[in-house]
Amino acid sequence: MARGPAAGPRAVLAYLIRRLFAAAVMLVVIILVVFGIFFLVPRWAGVDPATMFVGKQADPAAIEAVRQKLGLADPIFAQVWEFFRGLFVGRTYSGGGDVTECAAPCFGYSFRSEQAIWPVLTDRFPVTLALALGAAVLWLLFGVAAGVLSALKRGSLWDRGAMIVALGGVSLPIYFTGLLSLAIFSYGLGWIDGQYVPLEESFSGWFGGMILPWVTLAFLYAAMYARITRATMLEVLGEDYIRTARAKGLTEPVVIGKHAMRSTMTPILTMLGMDLGALIGGAILTETTFSLPGLGQAVLKAISDKDLPIILGVTLITSLAVIVANLLVDLLYAVIDPRVRLS
Amino acid sequence: MSTQRTTGRRKQAVAAAAVVAALLSTAACGGGNDDKDGGSKSGAAGFNAANNKVAQASLAKKGGTLKFASAQDADSWDTTRGYYGFMWNFSRYYSRQLVTNNAEAGADGAKVTPDLASSTAKISDDGKTYTYTLRDGITWEDGKPITSKDVKYGIERVWAQDVLSGGPIYLQQVLDPKKTYKGPYKDKSADKLGLKAVETPDDKTIVFKLPEANSDFEEMLALTSASPVRQDKDTKSKYGLKPFSSGPYKFQSYTPNKNLTLVRNTEWKQSSDPVRKAYPDKITINFFTNANDLDQRLINGDYDLDLAQTGLSPQGRTTALKQHKENLDNPVSGYIRYAVFPQSVKPFDNEHCRKAVIYGADHESLQTARGGPVAGGDIGTNMLPPSVPGSEGQKYDPYESATTNKNGNVAKAKEELKACGKPNGFKTTIAVRNNKPVEVATAESLQASLKKIGVTVDIDQFDGAQTTGIIGSPSNVKKKGYGIIIMGWGPDFPSVQGYGLPLWSGDYILESGNNNFALIKEKAIDGLFKSYTKELDDAKKADIAKQINHKVMEGGYYLPFVFEKFINWRSSRLANVYTTDGYSGQYDFVNLGLKK
Amino acid sequence: MTELSKSGAAVGEPVKDSPAPSAFLEVRDLKVHFPTDDGLVKSVDGLTFSLEKGKTLGIVGESGSGKSVTSLGIMGLHTAGQYGKRKAQISGEIWLDGTELLSADPDYVRKLRGREMAMIFQDPLSALHPYYTIGQQIVEAYRIHHKVDKKTARRRAVEMLDRVGIPQPDKRVDSYPHEFSGGMRQRAMIAMSLVNNPELLIADEPTTALDVTVQAQILDLIRDLQKEFGSAVIVITHDLGVVAELSDDILVMYGGRCIERGPAEKVFYEPKHPYTWGLLGSMPRLDRDQTERLIPVKGSPPSLINLPSGCAFNPRCAYADVPKDNVTRTVRPELSVVGSQHWAACHMTQEQRERIWTEEIAPKL
Repeated sequence: MARGPAAGPRAVLAYLIRRLFAAAVMLVVIILVVFGIFFLVPRWAGVDPATMFVGKQADPAAIEAVRQKLGLADPIFAQVWEFFRGLFVGRTYSGGGDVTECAAPCFGYSFRSEQAIWPVLTDRFPVTLALALGAAVLWLLFGVAAGVLSALKRGSLWDRGAMIVALGGVSLPIYFTGLLSLAIFSYGLGWIDGQYVPLEESFSGWFGGMILPWVTLAFLYAAMYARITRATMLEVLGEDYIRTARAKGLTEPVVIGKHAMRSTMTPILTMLGMDLGALIGGAILTETTFSLPGLGQAVLKAISDKDLPIILGVTLITSLAVIVANLLVDLLYAVIDPRVRLS
Repeated sequence: MSTQRTTGRRKQAVAAAAVVAALLSTAACGGGNDDKDGGSKSGAAGFNAANNKVAQASLAKKGGTLKFASAQDADSWDTTRGYYGFMWNFSRYYSRQLVTNNAEAGADGAKVTPDLASSTAKISDDGKTYTYTLRDGITWEDGKPITSKDVKYGIERVWAQDVLSGGPIYLQQVLDPKKTYKGPYKDKSADKLGLKAVETPDDKTIVFKLPEANSDFEEMLALTSASPVRQDKDTKSKYGLKPFSSGPYKFQSYTPNKNLTLVRNTEWKQSSDPVRKAYPDKITINFFTNANDLDQRLINGDYDLDLAQTGLSPQGRTTALKQHKENLDNPVSGYIRYAVFPQSVKPFDNEHCRKAVIYGADHESLQTARGGPVAGGDIGTNMLPPSVPGSEGQKYDPYESATTNKNGNVAKAKEELKACGKPNGFKTTIAVRNNKPVEVATAESLQASLKKIGVTVDIDQFDGAQTTGIIGSPSNVKKKGYGIIIMGWGPDFPSVQGYGLPLWSGDYILESGNNNFALIKEKAIDGLFKSYTKELDDAKKADIAKQINHKVMEGGYYLPFVFEKFINWRSSRLANVYTTDGYSGQYDFVNLGLKK
Repeated sequence: MTELSKSGAAVGEPVKDSPAPSAFLEVRDLKVHFPTDDGLVKSVDGLTFSLEKGKTLGIVGESGSGKSVTSLGIMGLHTAGQYGKRKAQISGEIWLDGTELLSADPDYVRKLRGREMAMIFQDPLSALHPYYTIGQQIVEAYRIHHKVDKKTARRRAVEMLDRVGIPQPDKRVDSYPHEFSGGMRQRAMIAMSLVNNPELLIADEPTTALDVTVQAQILDLIRDLQKEFGSAVIVITHDLGVVAELSDDILVMYGGRCIERGPAEKVFYEPKHPYTWGLLGSMPRLDRDQTERLIPVKGSPPSLINLPSGCAFNPRCAYADVPKDNVTRTVRPELSVVGSQHWAACHMTQEQRERIWTEEIAPKL
């Protein structure tokens, strides 16, 4: 009859180890898939990837030289193996008399710009993270508040208005809302410069550069969160334990703010974890629209440049972010909902 | 040279062309204050004030920060590896060459002038030996003098294509056509200066010994890829991240696709440099990913000019023409946009079928698809760009594309079809890059007009990033049945050789990376190129260029669309601004100044 | 005025505009209507009863008869937190300990909830918040009404859990509802309801969700606690057996109205309304095979939007044609005295009912 607490420290540890192992396997699979897409697809299409990296007048010798240098001549599994080795122990690139030591964690060098990938990732990751986190704070604040209000005033003018705005927010593309916000606040009214400035240069400049992307991105997500919050809140308000809370004589703010919110937040936090994870790799549109030097922008450029090492690096980092976010969500879920046992 | 930045959708391109035309015709009477150095209220010099002429030269002052914006980073800032037009132009800030393009507006800018060398080459009578003497006071950014050995080493780097891929290889083709030298990184000699064709008898003298004469050799030495590189500063494949400066500015910081900042190279002496004015104290480039945002910020005055120099996007163009016409120039880019017919794909092995397509095309609607006469360019009537000596422009119009037949000539086209043995037309495929909406629009326009002569075409959009591998492979072109390929080409240096050799020479048909898409293998053309390389007289060179152009057009290998034009933005802060044929109608970056 | 039954649970005639009654709880002509898209749902339509401290009233009826709505109405839970929905229309009077609740300040009523009047719900699993421990929920219930620190409140919670028979209460106080068995959960729920010594306890189907064996334990517990705390108790159920064991008085509801009421043993042993007969007949009894059910209540509960005209029960009543002139289908029967402290709303005459009960019903029970 009596069962122990949902998750003891040992259970959590075992769970973490299991999940991390699964994550590692997942990352390997992802890397293999990216390698596969990059090398096999052009081959099927009859295109030599090396031709993408030579100049306008490429003679066969130059193409062969590039192939050698990029390691494209090696079997694909050798390339994958080298990549993994580089991650953990570093590797040495040499070709044509050019020798480069790449210390661990070695993500390689960009095929295009020849810069080391790791600094690119560490340089761009904070931008994307700041974008995602800042937007998340905004959309949580406004989305959840709007959703709760809509649920409490269901059917009212406020509810209908908010849900129409939310529908707009969900369906309008970032590219559109982003340009619109730039046109109004930056080019038009001139209130905000709207260009990215690194945080270490000036806080106000950074803030000014981030605010429009934050708001634009948050608008999209706030809309989604408002809708989810509203639906969940309505469902929760119909639960028996809410009636019980009232029957105890609790005031409405406590009933809503404590009892109903706690249940409402569970799916929202789950979504938040997933969305944050996905945004680390997926804020491509926002970063492109606002020319934010984040990971999404880098990977977009890398895809059009066929710059495999950057694609691989960003994919790895973002996969890791998604996995970590999911892990956090699962752990958090167990903390919020005692019925969930980690297994 | 450069790749073109194009945004917006196909249809927008056509609509925008109409808007541009309307705006220009109405503004022609009222707008554009053209007084000499005064400019408009905003201080801008006026519409086309800097097109092939110098605007507001006297207003340029020392100092300030010149701000470039760009939607595109260079392929590489390594002088050996860059191939984009704007990179060659911009590289003059931090690199010098023995000779370089003249700092003059328009056609004069395409001529070479001494830079590190005290004068242009002393050329031997057989045209095979070029001798230069370096001038005094030329220094690297650490103050050490630039020697002839640095120049030789820099040139040798072109041979290291395995490490330093991407740049032009003319120097290698002319100095060492058999590729006996393996490049400085595999050079066994102690000083790594083993290239036999270049001699450096002392630090001030450099001698080039060509196995065969080439009358454009000095043009090739004016390319950025002939810049000196100091051996102890050569970071090989990483050199493009921070090139060691020989010019008036040096790299302060550079993060690819983010930003680049140049500051004054204090060791550079104005007295040693007859070309570069070096007005600003600082030069920055900010890279954008949103072309519309970039154009808006140019118009807002946040930046001075677009690094890529490929024209405003359709939206930006409309706004700019309406409100800030005095900030615009409408130069010819040097590019020709065209369709080309691979002879390996039937029935284009028959010249009559090729000509049927040329006659059948509606040249005016193709021009509209390109953006119209202003944003797109004049109807292309032949294959020699206006900036190349020997060009006759629209005066040479063998198919009367700009006149009688500008909307297509169905009767003539049918005649040619009959001669080709396909009186009822035929089916073929157009290959077009999927990342160039304007090119897709032209393909659709061509498709529509060819329907009228019974030629049905499919449009195949291929990955524009893989041009070299897809249409650059003749076997692939044949396999896919690409009877029509839509492309564009600009001169690497303004000569028929710098433009047409890779396109039209039988020796340049390559298995991969081919640019002779038509697979032209005419003895007459190859012979003309050969005699061109031996001819040292400019007038005669121009005449040979003209003949080559005629031969190409007579073969019916190409359907030119436009002699391309751009609408480029220059901020009101800019002074001493002019377009130059040396860089295909771009502003001459190195001499831009700011007003105070 | 009010007549007191011998048991003390007042079952009076509806009285309008009267001053505060002497009974501890008195409900007068209570109506709870819900506007919906299909029409007005009259869940409770004119209900009157009263209850003294220390006594137990059983309200019996099918689902949808209005019994739960009545209990929520007393607790004031139809008006609290009904966001956005179309508001329930409530009229009548509810007097609790001398105060009329429907016209009282909602916040005053809120303060009564949990302290003066408490409720036990049908399904303790869904009625307890899944994310809080039993202890947290009891502590919270206590601390709303008592200004004490958490430690004291926790001691009180352990004490209450002990009182309702939960073993190792000092440990189980930190368990979550899902870690309890069904019976234990209901005990915890009861502990939570009684933590403030309420004077009125409403148990809404307190045993329906439980095993049969556990049901008896819980009923015993409620009875014991009532004796100990001396509260007034309303037990709401569809199971006549439950109220027979527990109640002093029984009130049978049908279609939002009271159709029979009286002292428990009277209603149980001498029911006067065909619907009550049906309830008795359908009552599971250990001494009888279920297949032998005599008078199951055929048909389904009436629509609360359009009650059948005449007697609301007439479409399901086997004796609808006993009274003359089709009166069952045209005239709504009022409650009339059928015995000492015993009322029923039926058109049949006393004699007709006696005859049917003794000849047809009783033998088969």
